Amino acid sequence: MKPKKFFSSGYLFDAANILFLGLLAATMIYPFLYILNISISSAAEASRGGLHLWPRNISLAAYQVVFSDTLLVRAFINSVVRTLIGTVVTVICCAIAAYPLSRRETPFRRSTTLFILFTMVFSGGLVPSYLLIRSLGLMDTMASLILPTILSAFNIVIIKNFFQSIPESYVEAARIDGASEWRILFQIFIPLSGPVLATVGLWTAVMHWNSWFDAMLYITSENKQVLQTILQRIVIDSSPAFLDAGMAAQEGAVTSQTIKAATTLVTILPILLCYPFLQRFFTKGIMLGGVKE
Amino acid sequence: MKTTILAMKRHFALLVMLVPVVLYFLLFHYTPMAGLLLAFKDYTIREGFFGSSWNGLETFRRLFCAGDFVQVVRNTVTISMLRLVFGFFSPLLLALLLNEVRCTGYRTAVQSIAALPNYFSWVILGGIYLMLLADQGPVNDMLASCGLPRIGFLTEGNWFIATLISTGIWQSVGYGAIIYLAALAGISPDLYEAADVDGANRLQKVIHITLPYLVPTVVTLFILSLGSILNAGFDQIYNLYNPSVYDVSDIIDTFVLRRIQIMEFSIGTAAGLFKSVVGMFLIVTVNSVARRLSKGEQGVY
Repeated sequence: MKPKKFFSSGYLFDAANILFLGLLAATMIYPFLYILNISISSAAEASRGGLHLWPRNISLAAYQVVFSDTLLVRAFINSVVRTLIGTVVTVICCAIAAYPLSRRETPFRRSTTLFILFTMVFSGGLVPSYLLIRSLGLMDTMASLILPTILSAFNIVIIKNFFQSIPESYVEAARIDGASEWRILFQIFIPLSGPVLATVGLWTAVMHWNSWFDAMLYITSENKQVLQTILQRIVIDSSPAFLDAGMAAQEGAVTSQTIKAATTLVTILPILLCYPFLQRFFTKGIMLGGVKE
Repeated sequence: MKTTILAMKRHFALLVMLVPVVLYFLLFHYTPMAGLLLAFKDYTIREGFFGSSWNGLETFRRLFCAGDFVQVVRNTVTISMLRLVFGFFSPLLLALLLNEVRCTGYRTAVQSIAALPNYFSWVILGGIYLMLLADQGPVNDMLASCGLPRIGFLTEGNWFIATLISTGIWQSVGYGAIIYLAALAGISPDLYEAADVDGANRLQKVIHITLPYLVPTVVTLFILSLGSILNAGFDQIYNLYNPSVYDVSDIIDTFVLRRIQIMEFSIGTAAGLFKSVVGMFLIVTVNSVARRLSKGEQGVY
């Protein structure tokens, strides 16, 4: 390669572009790196200022505080249960709802589709939804966190579109063999729809894991709280009830900062572990028509 | 009529699947819509929905005359508009830059890392930024070590808005870029090859091939973001704000939440109704304008 060509605008642009994107990636990573390094630092090290690009004086005391707190462990379990049940129920229900809407012979198919789609542009808003949960007697139950989202227009439409791409002849063949609609759905459509169901499932799982607002509104008992609301009390509200107890238990070994960082990391970890799948299926979901309904 | 009944009999099993779906949407989506009538009532929990008396537009009069709601709407629109101006094109720009990287491994790596923050809630991200941007946090430490004054990112009105906008872009830009990259994957390589033969340079190829191809996606996303102009980002603001910046960061959703907490359900419902109606009006209007301008080729629906 001639030096002259190397400095021509094309290469200069490439170099600048690669450098810029590298810096961008660094700003995406840094906040998480900072939290990680603070969470595994000793109290003295964490109180020191600076960027904390590398961990020094590694100490796991903050994690001992986190894992010995019964409320936090309870909340972690609640979040896992909520995510698992919520995801499985949502995927099955959306598939059942999408099936009749994807079959051309279903009576009232168009009007029902419009009836469902309308909920995408208009909603009753927060107060009526809150009062509905109250009057259904769902306050302080896990059902209040799962039921309101098991069917959503968006998920149904995505699955319906995928179902419509399954050849008509499969259904006809199954009918001739005497299969019922339920059997066609569960033994032909669902097994053929792995990618789209995985996409909707992962969307739902991430949504459930990250939800905090519904739990803040509807859950009143301490032992039913989810991880995000407890995390919120610790890192956003700096709740002394939790932080002081932690610092008393590990005297001098932890600070409020290291406890906050460790709790955050425990909340992040499950998503981080699933990230390779998430990234693949979320991207696929966009291609399946996530943008244009 | 006769054929409908016949079809209903014939496809009874499909109808059986559909009925619970309709009932679900009636209960969880249409009942709250009917609940919007609370905005025209003097609602108290004790009297209930049917027992409360009608009061016409009195709730709306109180809402708009009390003064603070007008300020709340102004804050909401200001924050949303700033997000639109500074944030709307950044995913497009990132997608174009990523598209120019020839080394696939590097591109995928940057793409994956940039999309990461999208998967975390604002409780998590808010907690992290409260630490990073604190008065004694690493960002201010760095400013101080360069001899610059410390900045109240979370406590001074204008800086707080800047923090909201920039951390908002930080969270969503990578994921937004993937949407555009997905659209870019559909461009036929023949077009670029033909352009090469004609002697086009990279910039010309971007302007004449890539960008025109992305216009429908841009229009769709623009309509959707205008439709949510009254959503200024509740999750983010609720987890980052504090009393010293309430005057610039109190938005419709935080306003409604406070009404629930002090049991003023009618006012909260009225504010929510205002938001839903404006949102729907904007989506329908902008969509029809986009359709007319593009002679029916573009729009969300």
